[in-house]
Amino acid sequence: MLKKIRVVIAGLFFLLITLLFLDFTGSVHVWFGWIAKIQLIPAVLAVNAVILAALVLATLLFGRIYCSVICPLGVFQDLVSRISSRRKGKKNRFSYSPAKSLLRYGILGLFIVSLVAGLSTVVSLLDPYAAYGRMAANFLAPLYRWGNNLLALLAEQIDSYAFYSTEVLVKGWLTFGIALVTLIVTVILAWKHGRSYCNTICPVGTFLGFLSRFSLFRIVIDVNKCTQCKACERGCKSSCIEAHSFSVDHSRCVACFNCIGKCKFGALKYTGARAVKKAAGEAEPPGLSRRNLLSLLGLLAVSATVKAQQLQVDGGLAAIEDKKVPDRKTPIMPPGCESAQHMKQHCTACQLCVSACPNHILVPSRKFSVFMQPEISYERGYCRPECVECSQVCPAGAIRPITPADKSAISIGQAIWIPDNCVVNRDGLPCDSCQRHCPTGAITLIERDPDHPKLKIPVVDKELCIGCGACENLCPARPFSAIYVEGNVRHHSI
Amino acid sequence: MEKKNQPQIKHEINRREFLKVLGTGSAVTTAALYGCKTGNTVSAEGGMIGEVPAGQMTYRVNPHTGDKVSLLGFGCMRWPLRKNADGREEVDQEAVNQLVDYAIEHGVNYFDTAPVYVQGWSETATGIALKRHPREKFFIATKASNHRQGTRSLQEGIEMYRKSMRELQVDYIDYYLLHSVGSSVPDFNARFIDNGLLEFLKEERKAGRIRNLGWSFHGIQEVFDHVLNMDIQWDFCQIQLNYQDWRHADPRRNVNAEYLYAELSKKNVPAVIMEPLLGGRLSRVPQQALTLMKRVHPEQSAASWAFRYAGTPENILTVLSGMVYMEHLQENLRTYSPLVPITEQENSLLEQVTQILVNADYIQCTECQYCMPCPYGLNIPAVFSHYNRCVSAGRLLKSSRDENYRQARREFLIGYDRSVPKLRQADRCIGCDVCRPRCPQRINIPQEMRRVDLYAEQLKQQSDF
Repeated sequence: MLKKIRVVIAGLFFLLITLLFLDFTGSVHVWFGWIAKIQLIPAVLAVNAVILAALVLATLLFGRIYCSVICPLGVFQDLVSRISSRRKGKKNRFSYSPAKSLLRYGILGLFIVSLVAGLSTVVSLLDPYAAYGRMAANFLAPLYRWGNNLLALLAEQIDSYAFYSTEVLVKGWLTFGIALVTLIVTVILAWKHGRSYCNTICPVGTFLGFLSRFSLFRIVIDVNKCTQCKACERGCKSSCIEAHSFSVDHSRCVACFNCIGKCKFGALKYTGARAVKKAAGEAEPPGLSRRNLLSLLGLLAVSATVKAQQLQVDGGLAAIEDKKVPDRKTPIMPPGCESAQHMKQHCTACQLCVSACPNHILVPSRKFSVFMQPEISYERGYCRPECVECSQVCPAGAIRPITPADKSAISIGQAIWIPDNCVVNRDGLPCDSCQRHCPTGAITLIERDPDHPKLKIPVVDKELCIGCGACENLCPARPFSAIYVEGNVRHHSI
Repeated sequence: MEKKNQPQIKHEINRREFLKVLGTGSAVTTAALYGCKTGNTVSAEGGMIGEVPAGQMTYRVNPHTGDKVSLLGFGCMRWPLRKNADGREEVDQEAVNQLVDYAIEHGVNYFDTAPVYVQGWSETATGIALKRHPREKFFIATKASNHRQGTRSLQEGIEMYRKSMRELQVDYIDYYLLHSVGSSVPDFNARFIDNGLLEFLKEERKAGRIRNLGWSFHGIQEVFDHVLNMDIQWDFCQIQLNYQDWRHADPRRNVNAEYLYAELSKKNVPAVIMEPLLGGRLSRVPQQALTLMKRVHPEQSAASWAFRYAGTPENILTVLSGMVYMEHLQENLRTYSPLVPITEQENSLLEQVTQILVNADYIQCTECQYCMPCPYGLNIPAVFSHYNRCVSAGRLLKSSRDENYRQARREFLIGYDRSVPKLRQADRCIGCDVCRPRCPQRINIPQEMRRVDLYAEQLKQQSDF
């Protein structure tokens, strides 16, 4: 029964969070955006104390149900493992293996250090939610969109407007490659060893595992009923049941409840810890004590506070480089994220905003220090005035929620004109594209020279420019626009 | 003042004349319209519309050469295209052959092309298709399109004329036109008088290699009057005529067809009609207008009304239609096999329809493609066509508070992306004005682009208007 409930809820969560990465209309986020926001690492990055406390509490009460139900990478591995166990003779392919504590805590340590030090690349590579997000955004989203486009094509045939077609793009090949490696690694591990990724590599798994040692409810083996048949051990995808010693490594148990059903003698129960002690006479788990737990929690709190402080002290207005070449000195960050620094500290590189952006301007970065984090590029579109999609979907608080009205006054960059590229100079034709499309009226046209009253060149009022990229995207000059946007190190209002 | 009054006086006379022409057939109309259904007992749709009649085409006689010209003329400016193996566009010659064969089988004998049509491929494709028929079975019309040339030298004009003969694989041209006359008298002189091209063409007519010499007109009345009153016998003249342009041609862009037709008739110059459907707008009239028409003839399309109208006046030699699809050809063949002239009552109904049309927000584009290619990649006719379709469907929102706002918004925006690729839409127009002089309807293209773009932006941003 417990297993059934777990499977149903996990399936729902998994489906909906996947849908978040597939949906390009913005309607799924309105209802189910919170599923991304209760993911652990995004909540840490967003310094969302309420969700963190709730997740910690839930784990202390029920064990690692987070890993079984909420984490999409965990459920994905269960799916792979389940398919693997459908093979002949592989139904009960697991066996107990000792915990690889050094590796686990080593990676957790590395993760926490990276988090505090702001090594965001390490953080985003290890975050299980982001890893799943990258896979969904890179592999499933294209399939979903192709399917949609097929429907749109059919709809067009019958003059229906129920579906409209959308572009299918790989936003960044490096990120695609990382996602592919992640996919291969997790599939192989899950295929062979069930949840071994979660119990050796995943820092979230290790952290929650550390908590779940002390969880109130847990799996217990009734020594009196157990016949040592090892059915539970062979069916445990976490390899955490050691039948001959009647012990369960609760730090690795993900509370999947599979073992309960495996036992023909009803020897396994999910029950309160006090009952456990009574039943098994078990001592407190060796190794890390409650004191250790508290200190670890403290460390986490410290790391979050350090971040919050950095946010406030970080300052200084951006110097905007005036360059002719269109490669940007400062990356453009979406409105709502305040600064590149803020993005670096909070983003987990899950690609949710990248797949949600209807204008295709968010792309994963290739720079090492902010690897796979989003930045803006105006080749495919521009930051349209009515859209605040990325700010609504971001679960990690890297892009804070804003309204279109807020956005119209947030300057994320500055337009810079390149005379040599301008069609007025190059083709000798009048053009008013940048001026006409500027939503804030920051561009005015002035006469180039008295001999050609029709030929006018743009001047940008930096006080009014918000860096939305309408001018750059709609500029007729190709391949390099004659006007391009240079990002603001720190966003400011106009 | 005097000039302003003139058309009005003529308008009275012409109206009477036109009605005289109309008066003939009202009794026969109904019978003939239902004619195709007579004796039909099949309930399936194909049976309902019946066979395309052969051998019943209405013909008009050219007073100058005695040519018996089919009232339906084939406009060769929109031949079907396809992608070849390299992914490049080319004329779908099999489809062209099929259309031409079918047209000739059903009595069409006038084919109108020009060196500039269909990216310059029209003459070749038309030539190939017609070569498969005996020369005396068809009349060929092509044009001196030297308005699209760099220089206006005699040499280039002659070369264009010779090239047309080669491409069309003929040794004489039945109808040769000075292409798109009308922007200004000096321009006309520069193209045909100062360089001696018209003199050359007159010699060619004398030699019999041009059987009829005429001109096609788009533009202002002054030029029309000037050219018509020149000391030369024009054998024919091609004008834009349809029930909207009869009296409601945009004065900035064109001249009322009523005036043009009357002037031509006075001079005994037969008229060849272009744009009988106004680039398809008269086949996609607003629902309100269509209801008026359907009430009288439930089985007749809006297009057939327009064709009947254009074919009714007697001094009209042929009515051109650029037919890409077999269905269009068949429908037009039905309309003119034989022509059932528009009656007086029907005419007054079309006046009501015109009132609806001129009060709608159409962009006066006929999708002739003259403006293309846009140097910055826009698909100008497609943008206008999408906008006009929304006008026709009554889906153009007057205000963001309109009742059907949500649905009309969705339809406009999705339909926009479907009919025009994003990079070719109105927001990409830079206002360089390169297209403007090329438009025979004298549309201020950049300004209309702004209008479409503004509308699209209002919908995208969901702003109040």
